Amino acid sequence: MADIKSVIGTQNKKGQTFTDPWKLLHEAPRTPSFFTGSEVIKEAIRRASCDVMIAYPITPQSEAAALIGELFAEGYVGDYFRGESEFAVMSQCAGAAFGGARVFTTTAGPGTMRAMENFPMWAGARLPIQMIVTCRGINSPLSIQPDTLEIAYLLNTGMLVWHAETAQDFFDWILKGYMVSEEPDVHLPLALCCDGFFVTHTKDVVNLTPADMCLPPYDPYRSPVPCMDMECPPVRMMRDPFVMKSNYISYATHASWQQEIWAAIERSRKHSIHWLNGLIDTENVDADIMIVTSGTAVSQGREAIRMLEDEGVRCGLVKVKTLRPWPEEEIREATKNAKHIFVPEFNVTGWLAKEIRATIPNPHRVHAGPHVCGGMTMPPEIIVSEIKTALGMKTFSLAGRGS
Amino acid sequence: MGIRLPNPGEAHINGVIESEEKAYEEAARQFLMAKVPTIFPGPLVLWAWNEKAAKKATAIRHLFNTLKECVQPGQKPMLIPMPDYRPKYPKINPEVEINPNHPNLTIWHNKIDCCMFVGVHCHQANLSLKIIRGGTSCYTIAMCAQAGHEDAMLSFRDASVEKIMKLADTVKRLKGTVQPRLNSKSGASN
Repeated sequence: MADIKSVIGTQNKKGQTFTDPWKLLHEAPRTPSFFTGSEVIKEAIRRASCDVMIAYPITPQSEAAALIGELFAEGYVGDYFRGESEFAVMSQCAGAAFGGARVFTTTAGPGTMRAMENFPMWAGARLPIQMIVTCRGINSPLSIQPDTLEIAYLLNTGMLVWHAETAQDFFDWILKGYMVSEEPDVHLPLALCCDGFFVTHTKDVVNLTPADMCLPPYDPYRSPVPCMDMECPPVRMMRDPFVMKSNYISYATHASWQQEIWAAIERSRKHSIHWLNGLIDTENVDADIMIVTSGTAVSQGREAIRMLEDEGVRCGLVKVKTLRPWPEEEIREATKNAKHIFVPEFNVTGWLAKEIRATIPNPHRVHAGPHVCGGMTMPPEIIVSEIKTALGMKTFSLAGRGS
Repeated sequence: MGIRLPNPGEAHINGVIESEEKAYEEAARQFLMAKVPTIFPGPLVLWAWNEKAAKKATAIRHLFNTLKECVQPGQKPMLIPMPDYRPKYPKINPEVEINPNHPNLTIWHNKIDCCMFVGVHCHQANLSLKIIRGGTSCYTIAMCAQAGHEDAMLSFRDASVEKIMKLADTVKRLKGTVQPRLNSKSGASN
């Protein structure tokens, strides 16, 4: 039985030193590197001591999946193969995780939707699989362009859901994500989302930890469920009376099981705060006007705040880092002084604005927008225009962009 | 659901983070007050799958023997295993085992009013503890080897042989200082 502490300081077969995760991420020297988001995913996985990665091509995550194939060829990933479809990939990820492996996969858009049945199964089975979701359009007619609608479908699966703004977030959160999701009181899958193309296909300066240092391996003996027990739920599903019967005991068991999954998300709060330095980041929380958003809309919001400052309008910002666990108390506290709360989003339905409205008192303060979707970019000017319009200030014509 | 679990060196009592020292006292008091104080050992300590598990099993047996020595006439300590997690139909035999899918049956049948989980995988322990909390008035203690259980009324974390032995020592020390609830109607009630 592996004791994680006992491997710290020893080397893996590639000569990487298993390093205390906190020291790796907070104390180890960092090297600025100019990489695309996809390359950053590869570099994070190089340091993640992953046992299994299963791939299936779908834009815009294909490049990251292929790059991890290179890592496998170099010997940094234990096993790597292509599934028959996204549904197959997610099922195969479950099999690997049931067997006690640290598992990684990537998907996007219609791939996420095709595999959806597996995600509540992962959560119910307490499998700490990490899945990168490089969000893109999911609807017909086909679009490969950035759009975050698929995140809305992930929110009630029982997975942890984080939304990265930058490639730097991506690098750090892939490694930190394993630390949170593998805690025995959490032990849930993590959907680590980003806005496709904007993060995956653009280059940015990312500060990387040394390539010769890596996370300690996953310890399956810390799992809250037995490893691959074929005679017990959740592995054995269809033959068991309590699963199939309509009686009070059956319902009580299922209800307790579901409550336990959502309790595990709640318990992840403590660990997420520890590793991410809070579930949200804030700026100017005493301002009357706040922008609350996640993903790359945060970057656009930040630029809009700078432009508004030039016009004498003071505006604050809340960057929502984790969608599950949902930072309810933090958002309530950060917006308590706000008279107007704007929620820019890269999707048509405004799911984030709905979550925020359900969280704060006086929800009429929430302006659900601006929205862009179908792959449109979100120039900061349309956020500025939305805010100025709401404040009754004169604004310029935007040629019909946005809502 | 929703309480914060203790950090290393801490425990919780009714959802409030307390020192481990206080938790030993309270757990021992609850054992000594109960009509039917019961230990539920799970698969992680029932099978000698490593040396540590075998030592823990010996410590648990010692705790049970200590309980038997320290209770007063009319109290009935029990040791009922949770050998596996398979759902069983039509139902388990509550005389001999407890099962995480319907733990209330064993609590009701044996009129257990205080129990301690030890060596049960965390997910199954929480499943059981939720059902016990929802359907019985039994006081629940978790001697958890990982992060602890918010669904227990009192929970230790990072359980070890030393912690189990210390609980046994505390029971011995408090012997005769706690009045058992022999006349109350609590116990297996729902």
